[in-house]
Amino acid sequence: MNVLTFVQAFFGDSAHWHGYDGIPSRFLEHVQYTLLALAVAAAIGLPVGLLTGHTGRGGNAIAVVANAARALPSFGLLVLSVLLIGFGLLPVMIPLVVLAVPPILVTTYEAVRTVDPAPVDAARGMGMPESGILFRVEVPVALPLILSGLRSAAVQIVSTATIAAYVSLGGLGRYVIDGLYQRDYEKVVGGATLVAVLALVTLALFWAVGRFAVSPGVRRR
Amino acid sequence: MTSTAKSSRSRTRHHGAAAVALAAAAALLTGCSSGDTSDNPLDGDKAEAGTVVVGSNNFAESTLLADIYGEALRAKGLKVTYKHNIGSRETTYGLMRNGSVTVLPEYNGSLLAYLDEKAAQTSAEEVNTAVKAKLDKQLTLLESSPAEDKDSVALNAATAKKHNLTAESTLADLKEAAPRLVIGGSPEFQTRQQGLKGLESVYGLTFKNFKALDAGGPLTQAALAQNEVQAADVFTTDPTIVKEKFVVLKDPENLFGYANVTPLVRKDALPKEGVEALNAVSAKLDTETLLDLDAQVQLEKKDPLDVAKAWLKSAGLV
Repeated sequence: MNVLTFVQAFFGDSAHWHGYDGIPSRFLEHVQYTLLALAVAAAIGLPVGLLTGHTGRGGNAIAVVANAARALPSFGLLVLSVLLIGFGLLPVMIPLVVLAVPPILVTTYEAVRTVDPAPVDAARGMGMPESGILFRVEVPVALPLILSGLRSAAVQIVSTATIAAYVSLGGLGRYVIDGLYQRDYEKVVGGATLVAVLALVTLALFWAVGRFAVSPGVRRR
Repeated sequence: MTSTAKSSRSRTRHHGAAAVALAAAAALLTGCSSGDTSDNPLDGDKAEAGTVVVGSNNFAESTLLADIYGEALRAKGLKVTYKHNIGSRETTYGLMRNGSVTVLPEYNGSLLAYLDEKAAQTSAEEVNTAVKAKLDKQLTLLESSPAEDKDSVALNAATAKKHNLTAESTLADLKEAAPRLVIGGSPEFQTRQQGLKGLESVYGLTFKNFKALDAGGPLTQAALAQNEVQAADVFTTDPTIVKEKFVVLKDPENLFGYANVTPLVRKDALPKEGVEALNAVSAKLDTETLLDLDAQVQLEKKDPLDVAKAWLKSAGLV
């Protein structure tokens, strides 16, 4: 019994390619959950991280909040929020967002805070407004690190969204959870493979974004 | 400067991570292709000799029944350990076969449907004979109790009203409405004969969608009550049927067959007094009792072990 035969059998079965339980629709669901959770987490983490990094204030508070959030078991939080709130997307988004905010917040804060003070001082000396300093000096220099925070958040969301299937959500986790209950290892291995592929695709996308968005001057250093 | 240091550090870290991932993948692939005698990566360890391992499936009633069996055996001086909440029958049957679990509360007809999808279920005695014929040679059923707990398709009150269905309606009456309904159940309900497969082949029901929940547990109960699903696989002894006014549809074709609570045991697991103890439990356990005990566990949130002990005592079994 070889893992590869499971993979082959799973992807070779045409029944796995259509319908609400087909690979395209499950893959799409997983991507949707990931994008939504990442967008919400970025909307929380980025502004706070930029602001605190720029002013240099609130670093300790961020460290405390971020570490506390990281210590929360996402699986327990998932089950709890479903029991408290009920079904649908919201209870599942809570643990995903809680999980994704700390890496974004902490790396953004650190990235902006550790920008070389020389160009920042120069910009301020030339009379640049604070918002200009932040967005035209600090953010471009800090961008590689900020992206790495977003990237690790995205990969974590991709992998954690898998367990959301335990509480009846769709996505690729369905194959893993259903396969375990149905004792259908093709499904388990096939689903796990798809999650791994999606995680790799996510990494590749962030690499490509980095190539495009990061200023050549910063990249060369 | 710091950024240079950081990026080079993160690059080495990436190489390290990639190497670890490759090694792990290689280990996984070779591990699984090394010609193990067992083809089940999830097979557990065998039970220790002289110890009775009572297992249970992943729903509240199974846990309760396992506690009842275990405590009844313990009262006879046997050494008992529990493995609770293991999973679905698809998993627990395998564990019974390889000896990791030696006693398991089962439902005779549901077990038959798992062992042989096409078996006709005409009477409780015939079901037990048929199960014994199909069982692994090392396993057997003890005496069935009159207590019965079947799978059933239940609708929530609003859906039943909307489609003019009552407790007198049958599954066949659902045919027209089914394509507009989402049905929920355990993940395994999707692939079982006593599940979507049978509902389609026996009653011609095709539903709009299937939502994987749990085996008649809190997720299913809540999803049906909140209309997240309009129909669901609900156990007939589920105390929430009465509480939430769910409408259970009749099953004239006997798709869900017989489901008398019956101990499934390994032949070598129990001495004579152990077999007698479990048969005595079966003789005393009826559906009404089971409903009452389920309500204590699921509605009053009592500890199943306490409920089991209290009932054994009141029934004079310990």
